[in-house]
Amino acid sequence: MGMLVNLRDWIDARFPLTKMWDEHLAKYYAPKNFNFWYFFGSLALMVLVIQIISGIFLTMNYKPDATQAFGSVEYIMRDVDWGWLIRYIHSTGASAFFIVVYLHMFRGLLYGSYRGPRELIWLFGMMIFLALMAEAFFGYLLPWGQMSYWGAQVITSLFGAIPVIGDDLALWIRGDYVISDVTLNRFFALHVIAVPLALIALVIVHILALHEVGSNNPDGVEIKKTKDENGIPLDGIPFHPYYTVKDIVGVVVFLMFFSTVIFFVPEGGGYFLEQPNFEPANPLKTPEHIAPVWYFTPYYAMLRAVTFDIGPLTAKFLGVIVMGGSVVIFFFLPWLDKSPVKSIRYRGPIYKTMLTLFVIAFLTLGWLGTKPPTELRTLMAQIGTVVYFAFFLAMPFYSRMDKTKPVPDRVTG
Amino acid sequence: MKKQLLAILLLISPALVLANEGGANLDKAQIDPANQESLQRGARTFVNYCMGCHSAKYERYNRLARDLGISETDVIDNLIFTGAKIGDTMKIGMQSKDAKKYFGAAPPDLTLIARRRGADWLYTYLRTFYLDDSRPFGVNNKVFDKVGMPDVLWELQGWQKPVYETVTDVNGNKHQKLVEVKLVRQGTQSPAEFDRTVRDLVNFLTYMAEPVKLQRQALGVKVLLFLFVLFIITYLLKKEYWKDVH
Repeated sequence: MGMLVNLRDWIDARFPLTKMWDEHLAKYYAPKNFNFWYFFGSLALMVLVIQIISGIFLTMNYKPDATQAFGSVEYIMRDVDWGWLIRYIHSTGASAFFIVVYLHMFRGLLYGSYRGPRELIWLFGMMIFLALMAEAFFGYLLPWGQMSYWGAQVITSLFGAIPVIGDDLALWIRGDYVISDVTLNRFFALHVIAVPLALIALVIVHILALHEVGSNNPDGVEIKKTKDENGIPLDGIPFHPYYTVKDIVGVVVFLMFFSTVIFFVPEGGGYFLEQPNFEPANPLKTPEHIAPVWYFTPYYAMLRAVTFDIGPLTAKFLGVIVMGGSVVIFFFLPWLDKSPVKSIRYRGPIYKTMLTLFVIAFLTLGWLGTKPPTELRTLMAQIGTVVYFAFFLAMPFYSRMDKTKPVPDRVTG
Repeated sequence: MKKQLLAILLLISPALVLANEGGANLDKAQIDPANQESLQRGARTFVNYCMGCHSAKYERYNRLARDLGISETDVIDNLIFTGAKIGDTMKIGMQSKDAKKYFGAAPPDLTLIARRRGADWLYTYLRTFYLDDSRPFGVNNKVFDKVGMPDVLWELQGWQKPVYETVTDVNGNKHQKLVEVKLVRQGTQSPAEFDRTVRDLVNFLTYMAEPVKLQRQALGVKVLLFLFVLFIITYLLKKEYWKDVH
């Protein structure tokens, strides 16, 4: 023991080890009233670690080469010891990442976690979300199945809709006139180096910003306003050990769901691993129905919902704008919300209705994006798109009008 | 809390939607992946009837031997006709360039076909070839219209003829709709025997698409049991720590 203490002191004289431990864990005071929704931040971090580690082992046998990629994935599934497990962990992890992050973001909407003074946490978080989408998109090409290929073909060609520079931009992104070996190689580089680096850096600043301001909570009360004589928030408890032991329970429950998918339904009903992707990419054979993976389908549905030209602007270009806008608009949330309260607990009926409609629209759009369009579905997607944007664009008005309840001084548990 | 449950329900709803579709007009394959004899019979049908034109280039013979409970010597004597070594994958001699000339399209590799198409589709497909003079090989298929593949199992099944029904579509146009196929000349197997042959073959194809499936499920049970125990321990630990939080 004495030796360990000496070692710690030796390090502390040269590196802020104890200082960092205290700042971020042992003396980081988090509100004591975190509920179910507060598991998903730490879970997102864990899924990131799972993806990085399983990804490292996959790259040891994967070949980013158009003639070998598909076969190398099957080699991993069949001939590499435990390769099948690593591959299923990684493919399931991609979907799990989005489930966890969507729930984490929804928590923000419930309790106003994006509101001041946490605007930067939200912006960093949104940048993480963008990086995650890029990471998933690049990664999805790598197995080089039919859906990998044609999904990438559809998405890269969207850039072609941008006036004047569009075609050259799409060409520059692909490095070829169609998705090819060149594209596969660069997507591999982006997937295993560039985007993960950005992701890790963004996660660090996301957490640093959080620990600077302090966590929000289900009541939307600032716990730092009421401190005891030692300057410790009365409603705060040290993150370690309280939330470390609590989050471990969350991790175990998450792993139970995660393992159920990996070991019993690794295809996730055709949503985590799509059936057409068990057929090697064939540039000469377009699948009858191309749908992105489930986590992109709400945006894809909004892209397709725009079926009309406006003046010189084509429907395709407007669709791209709507799709891009549907993600970008999240960035403005801290400044769109004018409500005097943060948490849904003290908000009035209008916000609750709008949030419910938004969730229904988002899920409906997600479902529509997996289906081939029909007249009725396109109409549904258009209505869904309007509801989706109304939630944000009308927020400055309805959040101000809404009847709110008085917010208590202390958290209510 | 009610809202949270609703949210979770809505999140898993795509899986429920999926469970309700597809499978229309497909016969249930009812395969048993744990039945090694069925898999062995399926493997024999596969190398005899399919591997003339189709490869299974990701499956190794020795893997097949191990998983199906056949000795390597038996595999070499009975299942390898290509001069391949026991550690080789199940490749074929036909060049895809030539195959394209013969059939119009190269016969696809079948290693993963069961994951691509599903067992029920394969089971239905292999049993519903019918005579059709307009096709180059004289046969068409109920679930794969204008298929390029000849009916390679005809000597076992015999020949079938289509039964049509006249239907009127929404625009009032009448046209012929294929409702079923009927056996008109029996082959060397009775319909029940032939169904079993195809079921065994589909069982084998399903095995080959994911050889690790049984091992995966068995391990999954152990992992979940472990996690359940871990859950109890971690939950009690959390409760112990949180006793003093009010």
